[in-house]
Amino acid sequence: MSTPTGHPPEEILLGFTRALRAAGVRVTQDRATGFLTATAIVGLGDPGGVYVAGRATLCSGPDDLERYDQVFEAWFGDRSGLPGSIPREHRRDVATPLPVSDDPGEHGGEAEREIIRAAASQAEVLRHRDVAGMDAAQKALLDAMIRALRPRPPVRRAARHTPWRRGAVDLQRTLRSSLRLMGEPAQVRHRRRATVPRRVVLLIDVSASMRPYADALLRLAHAVVCTAAPVEVFTVGTRLTRITLPLRTTDPDRALVRAGDEVPDWAGGTRLGETLEAFLDRWGARGMARGAVVVVFSDGWERGDPQLLGDQLARLGRLAHRVVWVNPHRGKDGYQPVQQGIVAALPHCDHFVAGHSLRSFEQVLEVVGNA
Amino acid sequence: MDSPSAVSQALGQTGYLTDPALATVVFLAERMQRPLLLEGEPGTGKTALAEALAQLRGVPLIRLQCYEGIDASQALYDWDFPRQILHLRTLEAATRDGSLDPVDAEKSLFDERFLLARPVLRALRESPSVLLIDEVDRADDEFEAFLLEVLSSWAVSIPELGTVVATTPPTVVLTSNRTRELHDALKRRCLYHWIDHPGLDREVAIVRSRAPEVPDALARQVVALVQTLRTEHLLKPPGVAETLDWARALEQLGATELDLEQAAATLGAVVKYREDTDRVRHVLDRMLAR
Repeated sequence: MSTPTGHPPEEILLGFTRALRAAGVRVTQDRATGFLTATAIVGLGDPGGVYVAGRATLCSGPDDLERYDQVFEAWFGDRSGLPGSIPREHRRDVATPLPVSDDPGEHGGEAEREIIRAAASQAEVLRHRDVAGMDAAQKALLDAMIRALRPRPPVRRAARHTPWRRGAVDLQRTLRSSLRLMGEPAQVRHRRRATVPRRVVLLIDVSASMRPYADALLRLAHAVVCTAAPVEVFTVGTRLTRITLPLRTTDPDRALVRAGDEVPDWAGGTRLGETLEAFLDRWGARGMARGAVVVVFSDGWERGDPQLLGDQLARLGRLAHRVVWVNPHRGKDGYQPVQQGIVAALPHCDHFVAGHSLRSFEQVLEVVGNA
Repeated sequence: MDSPSAVSQALGQTGYLTDPALATVVFLAERMQRPLLLEGEPGTGKTALAEALAQLRGVPLIRLQCYEGIDASQALYDWDFPRQILHLRTLEAATRDGSLDPVDAEKSLFDERFLLARPVLRALRESPSVLLIDEVDRADDEFEAFLLEVLSSWAVSIPELGTVVATTPPTVVLTSNRTRELHDALKRRCLYHWIDHPGLDREVAIVRSRAPEVPDALARQVVALVQTLRTEHLLKPPGVAETLDWARALEQLGATELDLEQAAATLGAVVKYREDTDRVRHVLDRMLAR
């Protein structure tokens, strides 16, 4: 580490920690002190050593490493010959993925921060964007964002009890634990009613009018299927198709292809009333819908008899714990629930929510989780 | 050991091959007496590093496997309650005449022999030692806060006995698979290192050193194939541990060179998901066609 600028080395190193902080790495004072101590040990003459010492003391996660590399290069000049950064494109993160910029190497400091901010806001804009009007690149990013969703299953009270810090005294466990201590009275144990995940049934309309949303909704369904809760997924349109099993494939792309193979009525008409009746007769009344949270994804453009749809939804409402109707058009300006199907269905639904963007999908999952 | 290259060399003698960056971090951790926090994909040798460090120094490796709900009594110490009760009953029986001094009796209850030392306390007492806190991301936030206390003061206070202080701080290695973000306060006290999958040459060297029975040509081919698989967007990309398993499996079948049919038959050693198996079969087919 030469100091051609004439500044003392501590100043240069501390300046580097400042630059790193400006680039978004959370560098605290004690971390900076640790960095100085570490560089003193490895010696300033060894650029590779300084690089590693900084990485070990200043970074706290793989997200920081890339930024660290860029700032290091901008601050100390050429990084050639130093250990390389991590090839990040193959890693799957839980965090919302940012689009990879074309050539991040040329920017440093402020410019870099601008890029990250721009990328973050692009993802944020996408969250509120209507799924129907997206191009292929935006869809790909959306798919990754849907994959990162972690749906929380609704719960119900179970018959069993579970240990707890307070609550009713658990006589059996208290006695048993004192038995283990040769009859000496020991700690009093408590218990409460356990909770188990409630069943979730998703009915997804795949008719022509819902076509722009079908792909995103199936991906959302896949994310829900991958949780611990018992989940069943059906597509409705002119036919009723159970696609739970194909959706259990872990990889979303393959799951969607398999589900697609099962569904015979893509982008067909809508006979919600009849398919709902078929669902209730074949599955629902036998127990699948009983006490479950049933979510219907449909715009309510009903070709059949709206009276039948109303009757069936009333039946469903009596069986299910909660009925949630998700309508993609609800989130749009000037929407009025005047379609015949919706008018017939609304009195029997517990929740009527929008479902056109990632943000609204998150709200749907929230409603389902709280049901 | 007075330089990173010396650390690297010494670790190499135990069969653990490092890159210069990791050797520097290990060197710094020792000099600065800071815990080492290792993160990385499963199977990249995080736990193996702790084992190698213990072997290298000739000190015991004390391992604390974290899990959901782990608490201080499983990490620090616990009193052996049944034995204490037995002891009390024995005292009662031995002194029927009522000559038992209550103060003495109580004092004898909290004796060293009734103390069950758990890993952290053992590491402090048996120091110098290597304390491996494995998969700390599986434990809860409360446990992290508790670790923080121990890792900064290197002391554990037992109200009935007094404080146990380590004469020399043990070498602490924490590993995490990043299933959960650790608290920043814990990270700040550690030296952080991300262990990545090794490059081709290093991985070949690792296979040669860990599984010397595997023929040279086979080792190189297996490693090259695994490195290709890591770019194939698998659900669980194979780690070094899987490479070693696969090389050993093929060697057991008597292979001296990579034979794609045998490779397909032993896929279970490398990929553990059905979807991944399908995808790898496609890759193998492509290579066969070439």
